[in-house]
Amino acid sequence: MVKTRKATSSVPRLEKCPTGIAGLDEITEGGLPRGRPTLVCGAAGCGKTLLAMEFIVRGIVERGEPGVFLSFEETAEELAKNVASLGFDVDDLVRRKKMAMDYVRIERSEIQETGEYDLEGLFVRLAAAVDSVGAKRVALDSVEALFAGLPSEAILRAELRRLFRWLKDRGLTAVITGEKGDNALTRHGLEEYVSDCILFLDHRVINQVATRRLRVIKYRGSKHGTNEYPTLIDEHGLSVLPISSLGLSFPVSQKRVSTGVPRLDTMLGGHGYYLGASVLISGMAGTGKTSLAAAFADDTCRGGRRCLYFSFEESPEQIVRNMRSIGFDLENWRKKGLLRFCSVRPTLYGLEMHLAAIHKLVRDFEPRAVVMDPITNMMSIGQIDEVKAMLTRVIDFLKGQGITSLFTSLTGGGSSLEQSEVGISSLMDTWLLVRMMESAGERNRLLYVMKSRGMAHSNQMREFVLADDGISLIDVYVGPGDVLTGSARLMQEAKDQAEALAAGRSEQARQRELEREAASLEAQASSIAARLAAIEAERRLAREAGRERQEQAEKEKRGLAAARKADRARSQA
Amino acid sequence: MSPKKTIQKGPEANERWDLRLYVAGQTARALAAFANLQKICEEHLPGQYHIEVIDLLKHPQLAKGDQILAVPTLVRKLPEPVRKIIGNLSDTEKVLVGLDLRPRS
Repeated sequence: MVKTRKATSSVPRLEKCPTGIAGLDEITEGGLPRGRPTLVCGAAGCGKTLLAMEFIVRGIVERGEPGVFLSFEETAEELAKNVASLGFDVDDLVRRKKMAMDYVRIERSEIQETGEYDLEGLFVRLAAAVDSVGAKRVALDSVEALFAGLPSEAILRAELRRLFRWLKDRGLTAVITGEKGDNALTRHGLEEYVSDCILFLDHRVINQVATRRLRVIKYRGSKHGTNEYPTLIDEHGLSVLPISSLGLSFPVSQKRVSTGVPRLDTMLGGHGYYLGASVLISGMAGTGKTSLAAAFADDTCRGGRRCLYFSFEESPEQIVRNMRSIGFDLENWRKKGLLRFCSVRPTLYGLEMHLAAIHKLVRDFEPRAVVMDPITNMMSIGQIDEVKAMLTRVIDFLKGQGITSLFTSLTGGGSSLEQSEVGISSLMDTWLLVRMMESAGERNRLLYVMKSRGMAHSNQMREFVLADDGISLIDVYVGPGDVLTGSARLMQEAKDQAEALAAGRSEQARQRELEREAASLEAQASSIAARLAAIEAERRLAREAGRERQEQAEKEKRGLAAARKADRARSQA
Repeated sequence: MSPKKTIQKGPEANERWDLRLYVAGQTARALAAFANLQKICEEHLPGQYHIEVIDLLKHPQLAKGDQILAVPTLVRKLPEPVRKIIGNLSDTEKVLVGLDLRPRS
């Protein structure tokens, strides 16, 4: 029985006894103190008996530790029937000698007190039950019934002290339940005797929604979570939902998933969201949040991956119809089993039931993407802090599973756009904001990336247009004056085009004019050249004529000379 | 033992009284209870009673049947209805009341 856990120090650490109850072992860091009694207190109907029963049954089923359930309020048959709905076959465990049940009934009216007595009978019965199965765990539910049944409180108190001592001496890990008292943890001050570990269960109604909570009031010798943790009872029994049990050690992925809108992928560093990231799309009513969510769901399914869609406002049929109008055939994916809708009103049950439902569906369906539309509706069933805590757990859970999650958040008319109502934006990895822009008698959608952790994302606004063939993002007109969208953008674009056209035209005219001028100049140039050529030709002719004359003159001169010498020269001339 | 009709509001003459005394070991308290019981029976139920002493340390399984918590416990099995008296039976008046041998005040 003595298992030393990591005996690094010489002082033995307190050994824990796992309850097997989901979450409880996490907040108690391993379970209840082994070999010691634990007091579980709370008002009627808060789940004390269930906790005690689960402690015993799970001890047998999951840990192979036989147990004894000593009931002072319900018969063994009643108890077995009550927990059968949770899938516990108590009768079978009793048959297999793994569990012993004893119902201790005391009827005050049947009992007459005459002189000294003690509760050795109870000890004998308990010992017999413990020995019959070799029990290591004991549940006493609820010992306080003795106070109503036995006349002498003094004897009872002494005997209870002896009982808890006895349990400790035998090394039994015990769960003792006690009804909440007015000003004390228990009505009869059981906390006086059980000082090792005290759990407090609470069941309160806020805004007409009942919420269960569990708190570890005291745990001697051990670290433990001190908060009140939401607790729920479903068909698997009790589970405690520790907010931060998962810590912040998620597997991170470098892979990306498409947003379903090509240009949005581009805005997010070219590849879309990170796989396993949490995405928030916030905006006012009618800004197209659901359409963006549907685009993501559609793309996820197109890639053959499963998508789980929680809608808190619209029925699946309505979403399918509406999204068909912008070109997303969600019904097709639904039929192929890739898309599953879960449409419930948030007010149907409390936050932790929602959380449990989400856990269960995610475990069953194993989606790669989860859409919750819109999370702001959760506000109707809880306080801001609670909703935030719940969403933290949802995000933690989904991230832990590597599931990409997309949440839409409706921003109220009055509040600032960049403030997500539930205050969860800090939990998100990527935050897209869709807003309406009013100008020139129109409302147009604008989309921009508020933040996107770990990627280079666009800082630009895009006009976000819903058309028959899906979602498209168009560059807005960023002119000198303003950002223009919608028809104002179209008009501005037309105007720009006209101006460009006009400018183009005048350019052509100028071109032609220049061509003409050049042509005429060329013509002039050729006529001048012709004249030059003529002049040159004339000058050559003139030069030749001059030379011939000179030659003639030379010749005549020589003839003359000859003639001067003789008459021959004259006759020659 | 000759029947003497000295009981104020006695039981029916031929009624059989079946009494069980549960103890846990031969403690002083157990012995006192048995002595007290025998004395009362002799006085009020001569010849009509049968006392069975059950030691729970020897037969722990028997504690369940009669819903025994405290010891000593005296259980009146017969006549019906079942009555239980806890303690060492030192207060004779209370024992008589508890056994319906004396009207409750």
